[in-house]
Order: sequence, then structure tokens, then C-alpha cells
Amino acid sequence: MKDSPNDLYQKLLKGDRRAAARLITLVENADPSARQALKMLHRHSGGGHIVGMTGSPGSGKSTLTCRLARHYRDEDRSVGIICVDPSSPFTGGALLGDRVRMQELSGDPEVFIRSMGSRGALGGLSVATNDVINILDAFGKDVIIVETVGAGQVEIEVVKYTHTCIVVTMPGGGDEIQAIKAGILEIGDIFVVNKSDRDGAPRAVADLEMMLETKPGTSEEAWKPPVITTMALAGEGIDELAAAISAHRGFLVESGLLEEKTVQRMRAELLEILNLKVSRAAENALEEEGVGAELVRRMADREIDPHSAADEVVEYLLKRAGR
Amino acid sequence: MRGAMDKKIRVFLAKPGLDGHDRGVLIVGQALRDAGMEVIYSGLKQTPENLVEAALQEDVGILGLSILSGAHMALIPRIMELLRESDAGDVTVIAGGVIPNDDAEVLVAEHGVARVFGPGTDTREIVAFIREREERR
Ligand SMILES: Nc1nc2c(ncn2[C@@H]2O[C@H](COP(=O)(O)OP(=O)(O)O)[C@@H](O)[C@H]2O)c(=O)[nH]1
Ligand SMILES: [Mg+2]
Repeated sequence: MKDSPNDLYQKLLKGDRRAAARLITLVENADPSARQALKMLHRHSGGGHIVGMTGSPGSGKSTLTCRLARHYRDEDRSVGIICVDPSSPFTGGALLGDRVRMQELSGDPEVFIRSMGSRGALGGLSVATNDVINILDAFGKDVIIVETVGAGQVEIEVVKYTHTCIVVTMPGGGDEIQAIKAGILEIGDIFVVNKSDRDGAPRAVADLEMMLETKPGTSEEAWKPPVITTMALAGEGIDELAAAISAHRGFLVESGLLEEKTVQRMRAELLEILNLKVSRAAENALEEEGVGAELVRRMADREIDPHSAADEVVEYLLKRAGR
Repeated sequence: MRGAMDKKIRVFLAKPGLDGHDRGVLIVGQALRDAGMEVIYSGLKQTPENLVEAALQEDVGILGLSILSGAHMALIPRIMELLRESDAGDVTVIAGGVIPNDDAEVLVAEHGVARVFGPGTDTREIVAFIREREERR
């Protein structure tokens, strides 16, 4: 009773959530049969507003995501949620617990939640996540929230090209703020200091605001990332957060940046896929007798240097592709 | 590595009913994760409707139910019925917690539960059972 890619596509457009779920599985498994459906879906995507939610573990991303989704549901907007968590690099397994903080949403057929393990991906994670975003977009979700731990480069790539990227922190020493400095200050469109019930929230806000003041490259007409205080557990500050998201979208539309961001996103997506394909082709070439394997032996015998060997592999790949 | 086909066993672990703690189910969750599976955990106090919907969205092959409250004979048959109604009868359902043998037999024979694991089951047994079920799919 396996659906063909075309069946999945047809059903998905009709709002069949199981078809969406199955297609996402194919994408996660890097199953080639997903390609056909993704191809047909592409022109149906592009309508949703994509929100990234990143920050350190335990800062309250899932709780916030849940509250935000509730807010959108009250406005009768449908929501897709993708929760990406790290897989164990040793076993490939993952324990995905974000749903625990999203129980209030379960049972609402207009909210689709999917938990993803990062599966130790080398670049493949952002390709897979983008595919899943596009699936939920074509599935008709008005807002798509992608939650990911803002830990490494890979996770940052995932949220970098969302329309609105939210960086979540909480009071609790300089560590939090320090962590933000390393790379995600640049990608945040909105900053949230969650857990305002804890000591030190005003201080965390002040610190963040100061850092944002001195952020290089901020011009008059550019977007000034607001810092919003929330207490996700009690639902406080959610209206303000939603208002900031909608103000950011308004800014993107008016300034023409929405289109630019979309183009950037497409470019990044294309580059990721190319990287994946090219590196796989290169790896295969290195295994091939008479090609890479031979070159590697000649390198070991000091007959050819690594750079020249790489040029030969590139030439080989181009020639083969040209045929 | 992604890129080449990378299939993973996905398991949804759920706690239907009113149980107040989840130590046991989390120990199972960790064992399955360490065996290389992707385990999605629901949290406490799920209704049959909500957990079936979640399992469908997550497109899991395995649904694990942990029930300590004694309400298994009400909850599990309802969950099985909902799965069949959603045309998801192919999902393997396993159960654990505190379920007496007589009830376990009825759940397997009459309601289509694949296996009931008693308290103190070695997690390796659960891992082996899941792997074997998924290979047969
Ligand atoms: N005190 C307090 N705790 C919160 C708040 N928001 C979330 N939490 C708790 O922080 C913990 C981590 O939340 P979670 O949403 O899972 O964080 P994530 O790891 O960033 O997704 C949970 O125990 C939440 O209940 C808040 O506003 N105040
Ligand atoms: Mg989370």
C-alpha cells in the first residue's frame, strides 16, 4: 500500500497530513523517490512566513514556539513546526523531546509538528530541513517555525535564511550573552530574553541592547532588532513577540528585502545541494581504480602533489559530466 | 552521512492516561536512542486522540505506550481503534508499564498489540524486538 511520489503530491495538496508526514520521512532518509514529489511541490511553496527559533538548550524555545503557535491559531492561521535536535554522533540515535513542551497544541489538526534528528549530517541537514520547510509551505501552513539549538555552524545554517530569525536567551550570568557573541548576534532579527520571572532579566536585556547598538554595519534604514522580554511558561510577552515578527515582515515587504531574502535562501539552498552532490561525486571518483585511487598512490610515491591531483580529479569529473 | 540513503527506525513513546512520572519510559527511550533509533517522546498525560495524531505526524513505525495507572484496558483498545480508523494499522504497537499477564494476552490476541513488555524487561530485548519488526516491514 505504498503511495507513489505522485500520489503523495496529490494527497498533500488536498491537505492529507499523512502524505505530508510520509514525504518528510522520504526526505529525511534521503530517499531518491522524494525528488519527484519535491519537484512538483516547488511551485506551490513560497506562501508561508518562515520563522527560525534558535538559542541554547533550555532557554525555552519549545515553550515559546508552543505559545507563539497558539497565538497564530487564535488568529486562525495554520502553523507548521519543525524541531531539529542533535543526533548522537556515535550511534546516530536521538531522543527528541520538544513535543513535551508543546502538548497544548496536540489534537489541533491545523498544527503540524515534526521532530527531526540532525543525523550527523555534513551539510545534509540544511538540505533536508529546507525540503521539509518547503513541504509544509506547499502543504499550506501560514507560518512555519523551525526550532534548532544555536550551537554549531550547521544549526546556524538552518535558521540563517529564514524570513525572521529569533534568538532566545535567558537571564543567568554572562555565559548566555557570551555564547550569543559567537556568531548568532549577526543572524538575529529579534532577540528574546525568556524566563523573565528569574533574577537578572533587565540586566540581560540591557546587555543585549548594548551589544546590538555596537553591532557593525547598522545603518539608519536597516532593521533594528528589538529585544523582547517573555515568560513563556505563563504566556507573557507573546503578543509583543508576535507583533515584532509581524513588524519585521512588514519591514521586509516594504524595503523589498523579502524578495532579496528569498533569493538568498534559494541561492544557499542550491549551493548546499551542489556541495553535497559534488562532494559525493568526488568521493566516488577517489574510489575509482585508474582515477582517484591511482592518483592517491602517485601522491604517496611523491610523484604528484595534492593540488595538482585535485585539479586532475576536477578535470575528470567535468569531462565525465560533459559526456 | 546524509546524501546516501539514510534510513532510521523512528519510535514514538507516549504516556496515555494520568500517570504522574516517566522515569521508566525515559530509560527505554535512552536505550533505543543508544541503539541508533530516533525516539520522539510525548510527555505525560496524553489522550488517545492526541497521541495517535502525533504519531501520524511523526510518521513512526513503532508506537510505544507506557501505562502505570491501571487504565490500560480502556486506553490501549481505544488507541488501536483510532489507528485502524486512520488507516494506520501497520504501525507496530508495543506496550509496557504495569500490565498483568492476563490483560497482556487479551491486548495481543484481540486488539492487535504486537507485544507487551513486563516491568523489569531488559531494554536489549525491546531493542531486538523493534529491529526485528522493522526489518520485516
Ligand atoms: N521559569 C521559567 N521557566 C521556563 C520558562 N519558559 C520555559 N521554561 C522552562 O524551561 C525549561 C526548558 O524549556 P524548553 O522550552 O524545553 O527549552 P528549549 O530547550 O530551548 O526548547 C522547561 O522546563 C520549561 O518549562 C519561563 O518563562 N520561566
Ligand atoms: Mg526544545
